[in-house]
Amino acid sequence: MKRLAATVLGLGLGLGLLSACQPVLRGTGDLGLVVERADGRLMVVENSTSTKLASVSGLGDLSHAALVYSRDQRFAYVFGRDGGLTKVDILSGAIAGRVMQSGNSIGGAISQDGSLVAVANYTPGGIKVFDAATLEQVADIPAIGADGKASKVIGIADLSGRRFIYSLYDAGEIWIADLTDPKAPRLTKHTNIGKLPYDALITGDGRWYLAGLFGEDGIALLDLWNPDKGVKRILDHYGKGKEALPVYKMPHLRGWAVAGDEVWLPAIGHHQVLVVDKGKWTEKARVDVAGQPVFAMARPDGKQVWVNFALPDYSKVQVIDTQTKTVIKTLEPGLAILHMEFTAKGERVWLSARDSDKVVVYDTETLAPVAELPAVKPSGIFFTSRAGKTGL
Amino acid sequence: MRMLAAVTGAVVLALAAWPAAAEVAPARQAKLKDMVAQDCGSCHGMTRQGGLGSPLRQEDLAKLSAEAVIETILEGRPGTPMPPWKAMLSREEAAWIAAYLMGELK
Ligand code: HEC
Repeated sequence: MKRLAATVLGLGLGLGLLSACQPVLRGTGDLGLVVERADGRLMVVENSTSTKLASVSGLGDLSHAALVYSRDQRFAYVFGRDGGLTKVDILSGAIAGRVMQSGNSIGGAISQDGSLVAVANYTPGGIKVFDAATLEQVADIPAIGADGKASKVIGIADLSGRRFIYSLYDAGEIWIADLTDPKAPRLTKHTNIGKLPYDALITGDGRWYLAGLFGEDGIALLDLWNPDKGVKRILDHYGKGKEALPVYKMPHLRGWAVAGDEVWLPAIGHHQVLVVDKGKWTEKARVDVAGQPVFAMARPDGKQVWVNFALPDYSKVQVIDTQTKTVIKTLEPGLAILHMEFTAKGERVWLSARDSDKVVVYDTETLAPVAELPAVKPSGIFFTSRAGKTGL
Repeated sequence: MRMLAAVTGAVVLALAAWPAAAEVAPARQAKLKDMVAQDCGSCHGMTRQGGLGSPLRQEDLAKLSAEAVIETILEGRPGTPMPPWKAMLSREEAAWIAAYLMGELK
């Protein structure tokens, strides 16, 4: 009974905090968002209690939705497939602003100073940049490649200053847009970087931008500390190679793991994760895994890498010990595991099990499940600790 | 209850044996619909308006023959991220998906 009372009290408090009718103060560092993609809804969740605090609906088509956080970790900017850019106040659980910015977007980034939000578009292609406070559009930069055609934009990330870096899928180019003066954006273009860059990431230190190529083997690499040296091709054998399997789901580069001086990345079309020396950019090892990896994500301390898979193996998750480079456990947390997110210090990881309609929380030391939350077709999970990280 | 189940079973069998209408059993059709939304959706958008993959709405596919759509599904488009699905789908299932995408099924 006492337990129940405490729970009820806890719940009451939680809702009270969120309903904003009572000015009870709280921080957002323990909070996060889970995308319920089929219903266009977000769950506001709390790490320490493994509970849902509120639901936010009315966000449109959230398939493949991504989001970034404001620097104060209070607002999330959600990029929807239908071109909607929604600003969500996670403290009140309400939509603080929403604009329809194009036909079809895939992701975005927030500038280092937190003042600008850039959205990358598939159609019509290009990026649009918004004032983070008002969602007023401040720039519209089409992505017309050297071939004269409009291109889909992928792999957008924030650089130092008011700059964004992104890749042109159709044209095979990497562009940097400098919005120091949003009215007159300055573009730097790297052309001929390789065929069909499908996703890209920037390392957490902001130095290396890597774009995975689909149309040919290898990865395009730009050293942002030495941008005049241009784009280099690394890992020439990376990619599909000869006996590759069909790729049913594109691996996510944002899920690449940087653990110490090693980068862990999903092999394309192979049941393997590759370990690459960060800096030298040569392959150090390959670890065999249970399927085609989609995300390989490092626990924040870099001691473990967690891997999920494309169908038909997407109900498994494997945990790799980075020192011994061996799989230490294969988990089956639920059906269709789409995403994984570590808490800020990594003691727990949250996994979305789309076809089981739940989110499962694991203890990363015991590798045992510790909590479960019902969720309707959950996909991405995003904790507010992302706010302070470059490229997230 | 058990009798009802047996009767349903018989109906499914009868339909399956009837070539034109339902070479794909109803339960499997539901799975395929789900697959189109979720798994094809990861590249083509859940509402098929396009993404990394081209849009797959009825009007977008009007330019293609059913046969071309079926071939694309089974064999993929080499040199692009469109994978061949033949390891996962039979020709009948691909034909069902093509008809479903092209608006010939509800
Ligand atoms: C990994 C990404 C990916 C997945 C998953 C995927 N596709 Fe595709 N698909 C593509 C791309 C990219 C193209 C465009 C190919 C081109 O440029 O010709 C395409 C093209 C197509 C086309 C031809 C459309 C046209 O207008 O020419 C059809 C039909 C199609 N896909 C059906 C499907 C179906 C059905 C599924 C699920 C069973 C599926 N796709 C899953 C990436 C994907």
